[in-house]
Amino acid sequence: MGGGPAGRGRWQGRRAGRGPRRAQRFGPCSPRPPAHCPSGLVVRGPSARRLAVAARLQLPEDAARPERSMPGIVVPPGEARRSSDSRGSSAGSGRIPAAEGWLPRPAGALAPVSGVGTRTGGSCSSGRGKPGWAALSAAQGPERRRPLGPARSPASAGPALGRWRFGGVSTAWTWTSRPPPASGQAPGPPVAYREPPRARTRPASAPPATRRRAGGCLALPPSLPACPSRPTAPLMPVPRALTAQQPRCWTVLPHGRPAPQHPAFTGGSLTKLAYYSTVQHKVAKVRSFDHSGKDAEQDHEPPYEISVQEEVTARLHFVKFENTYIEACLDFIKDHLVNTETKVIQATGGGAYKFKDLIEEKLRLKVDKEDVMTCLIKGCNFVLKNIPHEAFVYQKDSDPEFRFQTNHPNIFPYLLVNIGSGVSIVKVETEDRFEWIGGSSIGGGTFWGLGALLTKTKKFDELLHLASKGHHTNVDMLVQDIYGGAHETLGLSGNLIASSFGKSATADREFSKEDMAKSLLHMISNDIGQLACLYARLHCLDRVYFGGFFIRGHPVTMRTITYSINFFSKGEVQALFLRHEGYLGAIGAFLKGAEQDNPNQYSWGENYAGSSGLRSSPPEPCPSQRTRGGAFDLLEMDRLERPLVNLPLLLDPSSYVPDTVDLTDDALARKYWLSCFEEALDGVVKRAVASQPGSVDAAERAEKFRQKYWNKLQTLRHQPFAYGTLTVRSLLDTREHCLNEFSFPDPYSKVKQRENGVALKCFQRVIRSLDALGWEERQLALVKGLLAGNVFDWGAKAVSDVLESDPQFGFEEAKRKLQERPWLVDSYSKWLQRLKGPPHKCALIFADNSGVDVILGVFPFVRELLSRGTEVILACNSGPALNDVTYSESLIVAERIAAMDPVIHSALREERLLLMQTGSSSPCLDLSRLDKGLAMLVRERGADLVVIEGMGRAVHTNYYASLRCESLKLAVIKNSWLAERLGGRLFSVIFKYEVPAE
Amino acid sequence: MGTTFCWLGRRSHILCWRQKDVAKAWRLISWRREWRHPRKMLLNQLEAVAAIPARYDDNVDLRGGRADAQSWMNFRAFPWFGMDIGGTLVKLVYFEPKDITAEEEQEEVENLKSIRKYLTSNTAYGKTGIRDVHLELKNLTMCGRKGNLHFIRFPSCAMHRFIQMGSEKNFSSLHTTLCATGGGAFKFEEDFRMIADLQLHKLDELDCLIQGLLYVDSVGFNGKPECYYFENPTNPELCQKKPYCLDNPYPMLLVNMGSGVSILAVYSKDNYKRVTGTSLGGGTFLGLCCLLTGCETFEEALEMAAKGDSTNVDKLVKDIYGGDYERFGLQGSAVASSFGNMMSKEKRDSISKEDLARATLVTITNNIGSIARMCALNENIDRVVFVGNFLRINMVSMKLLAYAMDFWSKGQLKALFLEHEGYFGAVGALLELFKMTDDQ
Repeated sequence: MGGGPAGRGRWQGRRAGRGPRRAQRFGPCSPRPPAHCPSGLVVRGPSARRLAVAARLQLPEDAARPERSMPGIVVPPGEARRSSDSRGSSAGSGRIPAAEGWLPRPAGALAPVSGVGTRTGGSCSSGRGKPGWAALSAAQGPERRRPLGPARSPASAGPALGRWRFGGVSTAWTWTSRPPPASGQAPGPPVAYREPPRARTRPASAPPATRRRAGGCLALPPSLPACPSRPTAPLMPVPRALTAQQPRCWTVLPHGRPAPQHPAFTGGSLTKLAYYSTVQHKVAKVRSFDHSGKDAEQDHEPPYEISVQEEVTARLHFVKFENTYIEACLDFIKDHLVNTETKVIQATGGGAYKFKDLIEEKLRLKVDKEDVMTCLIKGCNFVLKNIPHEAFVYQKDSDPEFRFQTNHPNIFPYLLVNIGSGVSIVKVETEDRFEWIGGSSIGGGTFWGLGALLTKTKKFDELLHLASKGHHTNVDMLVQDIYGGAHETLGLSGNLIASSFGKSATADREFSKEDMAKSLLHMISNDIGQLACLYARLHCLDRVYFGGFFIRGHPVTMRTITYSINFFSKGEVQALFLRHEGYLGAIGAFLKGAEQDNPNQYSWGENYAGSSGLRSSPPEPCPSQRTRGGAFDLLEMDRLERPLVNLPLLLDPSSYVPDTVDLTDDALARKYWLSCFEEALDGVVKRAVASQPGSVDAAERAEKFRQKYWNKLQTLRHQPFAYGTLTVRSLLDTREHCLNEFSFPDPYSKVKQRENGVALKCFQRVIRSLDALGWEERQLALVKGLLAGNVFDWGAKAVSDVLESDPQFGFEEAKRKLQERPWLVDSYSKWLQRLKGPPHKCALIFADNSGVDVILGVFPFVRELLSRGTEVILACNSGPALNDVTYSESLIVAERIAAMDPVIHSALREERLLLMQTGSSSPCLDLSRLDKGLAMLVRERGADLVVIEGMGRAVHTNYYASLRCESLKLAVIKNSWLAERLGGRLFSVIFKYEVPAE
Repeated sequence: MGTTFCWLGRRSHILCWRQKDVAKAWRLISWRREWRHPRKMLLNQLEAVAAIPARYDDNVDLRGGRADAQSWMNFRAFPWFGMDIGGTLVKLVYFEPKDITAEEEQEEVENLKSIRKYLTSNTAYGKTGIRDVHLELKNLTMCGRKGNLHFIRFPSCAMHRFIQMGSEKNFSSLHTTLCATGGGAFKFEEDFRMIADLQLHKLDELDCLIQGLLYVDSVGFNGKPECYYFENPTNPELCQKKPYCLDNPYPMLLVNMGSGVSILAVYSKDNYKRVTGTSLGGGTFLGLCCLLTGCETFEEALEMAAKGDSTNVDKLVKDIYGGDYERFGLQGSAVASSFGNMMSKEKRDSISKEDLARATLVTITNNIGSIARMCALNENIDRVVFVGNFLRINMVSMKLLAYAMDFWSKGQLKALFLEHEGYFGAVGALLELFKMTDDQ
């Protein structure tokens, strides 16, 4: 089994010397490469820590990203000569204004508290969640609630935000973020939460010394105001997990971008800091007891133990912040570089040229310039491959305005139109092959420059704001202005612009700024759209992605460009935009710097908790928002333990949409589900607190979780498209991510443990009663068992209420709850008929819940299949989600069942029953992102039956999924609203057996 | 079929119709004309029909001896006007007959005479009307009559004054038909009828453009060629205007740069399609220039542009990369971002009006060039003919277009220009006058 302990990576092993050994790791199948040197720098020293910093810097004032300004237009040689004179002045402005203005950056304010910070046993810290830089990590052990960082009072410091997870591969990020201490106040100790170690567990309570990480504790000047509208936005995350053998990749990318939010900074550009942190986090693992004794069989004894381990995983962070902080940023980098051997900082973009000296002087690093376009395209490929719903089309006047595209398995070829100062049009054919096929000099710089001249408005976003209020028809000469009213009889659209700014030449009057800005916007958008169409047609491409600071999520630009593309291509070409368009260069630069690490061999997932979503409206240039700290937009991506691929059994991977209902589309359903999740929040919070009885700060963290998730739900209420297509799945996943963020990696671990214990005791009885039945009754009983097991779902409020109130609620009670046949969707007869035929070769079963579901529902079913001669692959979640059975739990459960049941025992031994992990930690199932090992096994064994169980996997997702083989979708509807919608009642049964058309 | 040309119908329909029934139609027309004009009854009907295929674009027939055979058509009452009412400018061509016989002179009404005198003896009309004397086509035979073709323009905003004048001069008494094309033909039709009691004959502007262009090119420019190109466009020292023979013009990409820009792919004299267009044209140049520099006329704007330096305004590749951007093979002198330097406040404050005018001109021109080049590639055409009044007295743009075409296509594309840049539509409209039936 690919995910078995044998697959432990080398690099994890190496870490053992410095810290407690992790008991078991169902970790990456591909071993992490050893420490590497991203930029060809020679790494020496015992720590062998290295850091690659890529800086993408640009002038703040004329800050349009130059790399995006691929000129399409030439100047005749005669002019070219003259232009050299102008270079002097442009170079002159290449100084970074010191971070002056409203944000004084006192030298000490951002000082590293090295020596203190490094004592933090926690590995990684981040400014997440707080407008402070402060970052401390916790997790030194329960008894060690002691000052970890600079001494701070608990009151001012706030709780630690170590993340915890229990289960096979769970995570607990041991980094914290805290507000800066008030000046003069003695810093107190941060409070760390730690799961008390169990008796036979070797917890990850390493001495701090062995857990030492680089990095310090940073504090932000207290004067820096918090972002009012997004309290969780950090100013700048502080990576802390500079583990000795972890390659470190940093990318600092101050993009020359207009940033309207910042009044003190003329033309304030955005800087993007991209870094790769290895975050050390707590994992809770389940481990089977030593079976030498019989004590495990005792009543009230859990069937397995939950132990706390530590693990390191990688996370990509991308932060946008304003260029005002560039010096602060450089200081910060410097502070963290002092003790490393890094000699090179990677820089890309025009700013790399301008800021080269500053960087080299300040950081004493060689600036290694990266090609901008390469970075951009690398980044684009990366997000298209790794982030579902990354691309969207924009439709004005439709609800929702954003229509997300499901990820096409083959993203190539496509056209990337990057609108920076100028426009670059690049044709991307493969991962590494792309070609600049053209460009135009009329781009964002033109809009900004010309707009500034025309309207005397200095800032890019203000210009856009003006444009959104104007009427271009006052300035442009339209077809109807030339043709009068006759355009209609001629079949012409009178609203077409015949000549941009045509009226300003003839009419003797003043034009309003708004109208001019709008006209300018139309002119430029149309022009770009036209060129993009011409290039797309010339190269026979129909997918055109737009990016660059001109777009930057501004609805008004997206709208005009979409309109223009539709107009000029007559609908043949689709204008696509990217959610994380602004990060493409940063991601690409990072990938380039980390090439030896090869992030592309992994799959990555967007962390909904740590990422700020898409905004529907351009940032209003209002002062309140200007007071945000630098960072106002974040993207975090977790490196998934395992590479994810399509299930090979999908009928058409390119058209597969996992989710059944698009909540962005379905306003009624959206309203219901958002309310539903809001209502369920209390219960989740309670459960989370209850799951960590030994923790003093659990309640506090749970409250923070509540706040965070509540805020996310409110965001989604107003901007359903913030994280791509809104679905029940994304809501569930967001909740999991938020729980993790606040160190509740597996709130149901104890519930699952108890239920597994109870169910295991019933297993033999259930099997006996099944075996007593005749064949036909047995088949029905098995199916009913599966369904009854599925009732035990803590995710469903209707059930969790019952389970909470009635601890005696058992398998039989659940069976009674079930709807009688005929079920809501009932193809059981067909299934029975099929069972009378030849056995399946191999069945792939996606299990749902721990406890009764998997033990009394799934395993008897599996046993029957096995005895029919069918091989079974039982796929469970890699990480915990609700009370879903995890892979590691399934291993133990299978082991325990095998001890009781010879059929399962021999099947396991002969590898006719294989336990696999799905690669997911979601209550739902995305068949296009499944563990590669599982996919390979499915192909190898020639699976011809797929059983998908549970509401999350078979109703919220995959209900309409078409497979190339037979499929069985089973679920009990445990939500009355949904049941009603489907035309049934609570505990209605879905039994959907499908045979693909020949 | 009747007697209508279906000008308002779809172009393809017209094309079809013409190809199939053109001879029949002409025959019908000539019959009717003779019937109405007994003066010409003597004309051999066979001759008239034979003359039909000998259209204006057939230079041999028109310039050669058979032109006389066409004299059956010179019944068409003077004055002969062709009009192209664009968004910014009205282009008017006027045929001044030089072969007026004494008999005709006597017959000629006073009104007509005064129009002729007024137009031919002045070079400026009112405040804004101008006759482009240098473009006058002398000693031209049109429709069997010898004379001069005058080219007059005035701003579209003066259209109402023009109509008023027509009304005052009692133009309608001449029983002439005004052939007009361009959007204004539709826009002002009502005014012409109401105010001046004139019936406009509205014509499709693209048809007129192509027919006019082919005609003017065929008659030449007073013995000189109409079409020219720039030799060595990439080398400013060696760049020279050279005549070009457009005898076999097809296929050609015709880029008409008026207020806006239309791009046509022309495959034969009546087989063409509009490929695309852009709203960034002459109107945009003038409009932006007016807003940016406070200038008022095209001439003023161009004058400023000629003195300016766009590289102060535009951000060049080398401004960003310090030199050429080799990755994409871009020269350092290429414009990365038009008006890109204007993002900086200090540069905005220090920039001259001339530089701004120049940058506007360069931006608009380059953009047209870029779109035209892409269309030429898409349509697989290697001759690009630039016409339109945006090019009037605009050597900067012409050289820039010639340069851009040559540079980006590595010499594959040729930019061609014509002396009568903006008047082809009007000429085309005039030609339509000769093809008309009376009851239109």
